[in-house]
Amino acid sequence: MESLARNQAAGADTAAPSDVTLIYRQSRWTRLTHWLWAIALFFMLLSGLQIFNARPQLYIGKESGFGYNNTVFAIGAENTAAGPRGYTEIFGKRFDTTGVLGWSGPAGQETSRAFPSWATIPSYYDLGTARVVHFFFAWVLTTTLLVWLVASLINGHLRRDLAPRLDDFRRLPRDIVDHARFRFHHTREYNTLQKMAYGGVLFVLLPLMIITGLAMSPSMDSVLPFLNDLLGGRQTARTIHFTVMLLLVAFFIIHILMILAAGPINELRSIITGWYRTDPPAHADNAPERSA
Amino acid sequence: MAKFEISPKLQISRRKFLTSASLGLSGIMLSGCDAFDSQLGVGDSLRSFLESANGLTWRAQRLLAGADALAPEFTEADIRQPQRPNGVTAPDDDFYKGLLASDFADWRLEVSGLVEKPLSLTREQLMNMPSRTQITRHDCVEGWSCIAKWTGTPLSLVLDQAVVKPQARYVMFHCLDTIDRSLAGDIKYYGSIDLIDARHPQTILAYGLNGKPLPVENGAPLRVRVERQLGYKMPKYLYKIELVDGFANIGGGRGGYWEDNGYDWYGGI
Repeated sequence: MESLARNQAAGADTAAPSDVTLIYRQSRWTRLTHWLWAIALFFMLLSGLQIFNARPQLYIGKESGFGYNNTVFAIGAENTAAGPRGYTEIFGKRFDTTGVLGWSGPAGQETSRAFPSWATIPSYYDLGTARVVHFFFAWVLTTTLLVWLVASLINGHLRRDLAPRLDDFRRLPRDIVDHARFRFHHTREYNTLQKMAYGGVLFVLLPLMIITGLAMSPSMDSVLPFLNDLLGGRQTARTIHFTVMLLLVAFFIIHILMILAAGPINELRSIITGWYRTDPPAHADNAPERSA
Repeated sequence: MAKFEISPKLQISRRKFLTSASLGLSGIMLSGCDAFDSQLGVGDSLRSFLESANGLTWRAQRLLAGADALAPEFTEADIRQPQRPNGVTAPDDDFYKGLLASDFADWRLEVSGLVEKPLSLTREQLMNMPSRTQITRHDCVEGWSCIAKWTGTPLSLVLDQAVVKPQARYVMFHCLDTIDRSLAGDIKYYGSIDLIDARHPQTILAYGLNGKPLPVENGAPLRVRVERQLGYKMPKYLYKIELVDGFANIGGGRGGYWEDNGYDWYGGI
């Protein structure tokens, strides 16, 4: 209702016929929480990689195997005939990752560190400080998620924009083809893949991140002892936490690529000001025939 | 139609915009990282602001866990390896080595500070008190975990025997091992917990590990187990327990050796 009124108002102001395509798409709550997440996730990622550097191995189970092997992922450095090399080991398969993972730094000053200096907060090794940064933004992230959930329930964002409809399943194949061809339709509604990506992040990945994070806290284990039983043990929880981080990074990369491909100025305007230019009605209606 | 005419121009300007924007952004980020790094030292205002979230975590977890919620306990089948030692594993201090040579016959646990009856307990006296055995998971702040069976005297029994004065708020642990050296001399490990954790049923002064006497690398003759917190909150090579109403005058004033080096006082997360 509000957006419709403002849309009409905007059209009346400029009186240009093309302006009917400019719609108020993102509420202030969506925009605010979006940028709070962006900031929080940035700091959590870089401080998280620093925390990982303190123990650059991942295990499956309740504990870390020292007398036996339950390691599924490791980053390290080793001395070879050709000098020190960095390696990354996934399920026992070893890859040389010198320069980025395991052994990195300015030429002549390389050091043994899992994730390189440019990818961690602080840039130097400091577990205590990384934890301070990580847990501060954990509160920001979690609070923002709750605020977004309440606001989106009240303002209808959830029901109107994110809830999957029967139509979404029908459209899925065509949507995949359109994305693969970088053919984008600018409409008020999210397309099926968008709904899946945003819904997946907000209702699966971020909650899983919070749950696995809590499962690693010895104090929370006394409150919610079933969490680690459910997840397969504290070290499995840690491995899931890391894996979900990779998925969130993958989402971020695709998210940025899609914005660049779909028109970064229009997309950025909508998440900053709320206003979004949609395709002219004729084009939007027979989208498949539209030349791009 | 007009759309197609302007689109090549638009693309170029977009490309230019993106290139300069990304260059500018990476520049801001690089200098931002350095600026951010320099604000993160202990005592810096940005750091102190971020640390306020730790107080929130502490209060929230205390509210949820209360005084008595127990850390998960495991079965014998879960003990699959020796307890991994960390930090100091072989104290080089002459006094400690002398005690070790006589199998800690001359070692005493001092209980002092804000108590009605200061104590000096031998290992036998501690072992003759009621004991608790628990199979728990040790979580190191670095990220690893190890399950082991710990046997010891509940700290609450020792505190009751010493009769804690009402103004006492924290239990300070003083240790025999030198963890660091400074201009002012050797720094022996020290740490503290509050009285809620001190009186928690699983908080024990452990002298046994996996059915055997506590080995040197794990803190012989006595170490603390605080099962709802991380490993750095469980000092090894213990010799003195001091009841205090604050720790501003101890070490760097943050409540422990690692705390004075940037770790949070509350290690429940």
